[in-house]
Order: sequence, then structure tokens, then C-alpha cells
Amino acid sequence: MGGYIARRLLSAVPVLLGITVIVFLIMALIPGDPATAILGSYATPENVARINRELGLDEPLWRQYLIWLGNMLQGDFGQSFALNRPVLDEVVERFGATLILAGTAFVLCALLGVIAGTISAANQYGFADKAITFAVLLGISIPSFFLGMMMILLFAVRLRWFPVSGMWPIYGARDAAALFSHLAMPALALAVVATGVIARLSRSALLEVLRQDFIRTARAKGVHERSVIWRHALRAAMVSILPVLGIQAGFVLSGAVYIEIVFQWPGIGRMLVDAILRRDILLVQGGVIVVAACYVFFNIVVDVAQSLLDPRIRT
Amino acid sequence: MSIVQLTRRQLLVAGTALTMALGAPAFAQTPPGVLVVGQIAEPKALDPAAVTAVNDFRILMNVYDGLVRYKDGTLEVEPALATEWSISEDGTEYTFTLRDGVTFHDGSAFDAEAVKFNFDRMLDENHPFYDTGPFPLSFFFSAIDKVEAVDPKTVKFVLKEPYAPFLSNLAYPTGLIVSPASVEKHGSDFGRNPSGTGPFKFAEWRPNEAVVVEANPDYWDGAPKLQAVVFRPITDASTRTAEMLAGGIDLMVEVPPVALSQFQGETYTLHEQAGPHLWFLILNAKEGPFADKLVRQAANYAINKEAIVNEVLEGTAEVAAGPTPPAFAWAYNENLTPYAYDPDKARELIAEAGADGAELTFYVTEGGSGMLDPVAMGTAIQADLEAVGFDVKIETYEWNTFLGEVNPGLEGKADMAEMAWMTNDPDTLPFLALRSEAFPDKGGFNSGYYSNPEVDALLEKARRATDQEERADLYKQMQEIVHEDAPWVFVANWKQNAVTSDRVEDFQLQPSFFLLLDDVAKN
Repeated sequence: MGGYIARRLLSAVPVLLGITVIVFLIMALIPGDPATAILGSYATPENVARINRELGLDEPLWRQYLIWLGNMLQGDFGQSFALNRPVLDEVVERFGATLILAGTAFVLCALLGVIAGTISAANQYGFADKAITFAVLLGISIPSFFLGMMMILLFAVRLRWFPVSGMWPIYGARDAAALFSHLAMPALALAVVATGVIARLSRSALLEVLRQDFIRTARAKGVHERSVIWRHALRAAMVSILPVLGIQAGFVLSGAVYIEIVFQWPGIGRMLVDAILRRDILLVQGGVIVVAACYVFFNIVVDVAQSLLDPRIRT
Repeated sequence: MSIVQLTRRQLLVAGTALTMALGAPAFAQTPPGVLVVGQIAEPKALDPAAVTAVNDFRILMNVYDGLVRYKDGTLEVEPALATEWSISEDGTEYTFTLRDGVTFHDGSAFDAEAVKFNFDRMLDENHPFYDTGPFPLSFFFSAIDKVEAVDPKTVKFVLKEPYAPFLSNLAYPTGLIVSPASVEKHGSDFGRNPSGTGPFKFAEWRPNEAVVVEANPDYWDGAPKLQAVVFRPITDASTRTAEMLAGGIDLMVEVPPVALSQFQGETYTLHEQAGPHLWFLILNAKEGPFADKLVRQAANYAINKEAIVNEVLEGTAEVAAGPTPPAFAWAYNENLTPYAYDPDKARELIAEAGADGAELTFYVTEGGSGMLDPVAMGTAIQADLEAVGFDVKIETYEWNTFLGEVNPGLEGKADMAEMAWMTNDPDTLPFLALRSEAFPDKGGFNSGYYSNPEVDALLEKARRATDQEERADLYKQMQEIVHEDAPWVFVANWKQNAVTSDRVEDFQLQPSFFLLLDDVAKN
């Protein structure tokens, strides 16, 4: 097992290195540069050259890349042009906020999705199945940013149950209740689509398992039906549900971009969008590297979890 | 035992938490005496020499003072940290007398050495704190040869050549005076530990949440009525609108035109103020159909500017008449009238020039500073020009890419391009974008290659004149010629807007587009 994990971790190194090259080249090759973004209307060639010189962007590309990579390996991600603070501080802070949002949304959608899918499968073609299928289709079809906007209008502007945006109150204690009130709407809006997808796939995974012989055996020897579904069948179905959860975790993380903008959540998705528009090269690069590393890590975790459930995968 | 039971319990916990949250109605109310401002973005830094965005200026103008400032409701300078000044006969020496007894928020004294420190830091590469930059707008003061502290209360600026916009540039945020003691203490972190002499003192910066400033009770111009101001960055315009409606902010800037109808009625006050902004089309006067003055005039007649400002922009702008915005009241030529919307006249002129059915390439941007609603405006303009017989092809670019295409000049690429400028002196835009000496290959912004020796001479002369009336007269002559030559299509002057709740009193927008809060009160 340890060898398997080590092999998987080692294989992540070239992937991450490749990502550094790609993200560096993308930022270098897209038109427009930070100096133009900083100077706006005042971007004369003379002023642009001056700013580029001061930012170290007049070096040849390969040198810029090697300097950046070398510094990064030593833990120095550089300074953001647009925010005038260390890239790593900003990325860590923003990524923490995203993890709180996406993590809550993921727990929500995994729990609700698997439960809904299981209930659906256990009552195939029954009323519960139809009701859940309808709700799920509705959830999958509503774009999350639109849902978010509607939730704001109803629950924040009209009913004033929740604050419109942000992560913490401007005044007052920064406690769990304050975080919860700010987190509730964005987490829910973010979870809806993934819940639908997970519910659909859990349903079909479970239906497949329910047709197998060991289920018939379990029922035949008199195991309680609730126990058949939730303990025997669901456990077997988890092998095919887990990779879906892994993919959805990635989906929730990327879907967080829209939600973070609508709810002004100070997360990394919103940070990246702003950084790209301002051509804040180092911030974009640092942010993408951190997110990419997380994706790679998630994948490894899912693979390992899967191999624990099904030892045949461990080769 | 089973998952279902567990979830029931969880449901109970969640339900209780929800009820608790609902029981706390604290979200609507902001405290009295504290003004919460909805900003459009996270500021870059609170160092006036290091920033370029209007968004950051809104905070800075309340924390710092300059030697001079704009008189309330105008773009004319009046004393601030300097109580009076004299200008030498040849216009190259400005001597300022500094205000007595002013101290920075950090307790250090404001004197002539502090003023000298500020300008040397920006302009002298050998200054020990030059590395706290970069200072992107330092060229506003590139005319300065040296700054001398004559005595603690007198400072003298020696210019390389006469430069009339100098006073006005001192009133611009780049000219705000920072505390040398704090720069020395914090170095390049000064932008997050700012100290000035203004009506509000910096208190706290919570990244991506808020910048908080508190009243400075010792302010030389009278303590502000507010206890504190909170600047919240809310980048999404719809969310900013929702925060205003939900009572999460008291003052909102840059209200999107589509949201204006939400703020009718008693609860809100909508403020509008035309500013030194011009939205125009650069026409390529070097080649193609617009090389002919008649066709350039035809374009001015063909475009329905009234429809653009009233329908596309929902009344958030006014039709522009010439190259100088009316907000520069002292230099604006009142005799100028906008080109009328007259498609027949346009067709006549086009026929006379033999430019029927000419193909035009039109650069449009997706958005950008001061560009308002560029895609919708570009489409309306395209339709108007096609109605008089042109064949217009739009090419759309993202803002930074767009600047990269337009600023080096339109030659060989396009016949026309959208552009907008916000300036602080009537000199800036025409001097940088209409002179023969400002062609792109000479480092200027005359991307359409307009050239008229008379305009060149007037602008050079105005820059050297130190008498405001003489300058005004020269600018007025320039405007008439440029209006007639039509190097641009003059489209719109943007009116900046803001909404305040009924708890906010004595708020007024300024033509400078700065946000001044020292006289504002909140219940």
C-alpha cells in the first residue's frame, strides 16, 4: 500500500512541472501586459518600458521562467503587482476561504446526493423515486450563479434572513454563527448541481448492485431490508460512487468561481478572475499552481480510497 | 445506527442553527456615525504615489491632503496644505508657503523637508526610498527639475520649462503628501500602513473585506462628522446593488444604468455629477475614407448621440460637443454645440467626398476604465454608420489587448476605434492625443494621426501661459478648430453616479470624480 501511494505521489511531479510551463507560457503569450494594465490610458511605450524594467519583465522569457521556478521551489512565489503583497499570503488566504465554501458544499452534496440516490434506487419507480428525480433534474438545470442571485434577492434583500455577501460581518464577532450565516446561501447554491449529478449516479450504481446475487442471498437469509440497502448494497456501490465524488469535488471547486463572484466570497476563484483581468502574472501563476496541486492531490486521494475498497485496483 | 437516523439528528442540529441565525436580525443595520461605502474593487495600496485607479483614489483623498486641492464643486485649485503660492515671471519657479501646525497621523511634523521627500522619492532614482515604488504616474511631475526646502515653512519647485498644468497636477492624488517618517519605518509596506494629514486616519485593512478609516479629530480643516468610514470591495455590480437594497452599505458608487430604477423613491438619494470624462471615436486621418475631413464630419452627423446616452446609457452621460469636457468650466467653450444627428447631411458630405459604401474597420473593446458600455455603444454606432451607406466591420478586443492595438496607432489596421479619457486638466487629453508631436511613434496617444499646426501652436502656448484667463482663451480657440476638423467623433461625457441611503446627509459628488467624505454625516 505504501509503495502504491509513493508511486502515485512521484507521478505527480512531472504533471506539476508541466503545469508550471503551461501556465507560465499562457501568461507570457496572451496579449496585454501588467504595465498596460497598471497605466491604463497612460500606457505610452516609454512608460510601459519603465514599469516593465522595474517589475523585471524585460528579461528574456526563459530566464524569467527559471527565476520564477527557482524562487518558487524555495517557497517564494513573488509579489503581486496589483495587490502589492506576497503572492503566497494572498493565495493561502483566498484558498482557505474557497476550501471552507467548497468543502461545505461538497459535504452537503455528497451526503444529500448519496442519500437521495439511495432512496431513489430503493423505491425504484415509486413516488419517492419520481419526486427525487424531478427535483434532481430541476437542480441540474438551474445555472448556479442565477440560483445564487435569486437566493440573494429572496433571502437577503426581501426577507433579510442572511447577509448579501462576504464571509465575515463588518462589525461583530467572527464566530461560527457569523460564518454560518454568511456561508449558508453560497454553499447551498454551489451544492445544488453536484447534488443532482451525485444522486443520479448513486441511483444507477445502487440499482446495478441490487440486481446481484449477494443481495438476493442477504434478503433470502432474512436480513432487514433497511440493512440490505444501507449496509450491504450501498457499501458495494460506493466503489463506483467514489470516483464520481472525486470528479464532483473538482467540479464544486471550479464551480465556486461563479458563486464567489455572486456572493463576493473572498476565495481563490474570484482572485484568479481579477488577477487575469489585471494581468497580475505572478498571482495568476501562483494561484493556478496551488489549485492544480490540489486537483492532483484529490485524484490521488480518490485513487487510494478506491484501492482500499477494491484491492484489485492496487497494481 | 443507520445513516438515516444520523441525518435526522443532523437535520435537527442544522434546523436549530438556522433558527438561531434567523433570530439575529443584525444584517440590515449599519451603525450610526459609521459610513459603509460599496467600492468596486480591492485597493492596490494606500500609497498615493503608487496607485492609478479611481477606486483607490476614493480612499486616499480622505486620508491625505495635497499642497492644493480642487475647490468644492469645481476643477479649480485652492489652498490646502499650502496656504499661498507665487509663480515666477517665466513660469518655471513655484514657491509655496506651508500651513502652520499640521502634523501627520503618525505624529511627525509636516514641513518643507517632508514635501521635498515626497517628490524626490517619486522622481529621483537615487533616493533611498525610490525602491518603495514603482510610481506609475510620476510623469505627472516630470517637469520638476528640483525641489528646495527654503525654510521649514517654504518650499520651492524649479521646473525644467514652463508647465501650466503643474498646480492642477498637485491637486491630483499622485500629488498627495505622505509622511516621510512612516515611509522610513515601513518601507515598501507603507502602502498597507499609510499615514497622511487628511480628515481620516487609517485604522485597519482586512484583505478582500474592508479598509477602515477613523476620524482625525485634529484635522486642520475641522474634524469630520463621521466617526469612521468602511470601504468594502464588492466587484460584482449586481451584488453591490443587492447590498445597497439590503442595507449592508450606505453609499454605493458606479451604479449600473440598469439598476437605477431600483433606487427611485424616498429611501434613497441618487447623485449625479458630470466629470472631466470624454468618450470618443478616434478616426484614422492618415489613410482610408477618414483622411478626408468631410467624411469625418459626416461620421459626426451620422451617429445618433442622443440615442446612445439616453437609451444605451440610460441617461448616465451627456452628449459631448468637443474635445474638452464641460466640467472644465473655466476652459470650456460655451459656443460649441454638438454635431446634430442629421443622416441626410451625412450622406451629402459622403457623396461630396466620393466615399459611398466605404468599408470601415472599427475597433471595439469589451470593457475598460471609463469605457461605459462599449459593446452596446459600438453596435449602435455601427448601425448608424451603415444607415448612411458605410460598410462597418467590428473587431472586439479585451481591454488590455485593445490598448495594445490602439495605442501604437491605427495605421494599416483600422479606420476607427473607441476610446475614453478621464483627466484632471484641460491640457492633458489634447496635448497627449491631438498634437502632431504626439503621434504614436513619438510616444504620444495621437493614434489617428490628426495634425493641424494651428492646434499644435495653441496647445504649446497654453502650456507655457501662467495666467488662467489667457490659458482659457487658448483652449477655447483650440476647441473650435478641433470641432471643425473632427479628428474624433465626440460622443459622450459620463456623469458619475452614486446612491446614498436616507441615513446619509450632506453628501455631494465632485466633478473631479473624487469621493470627499469630511462633511458627510450619518444617523
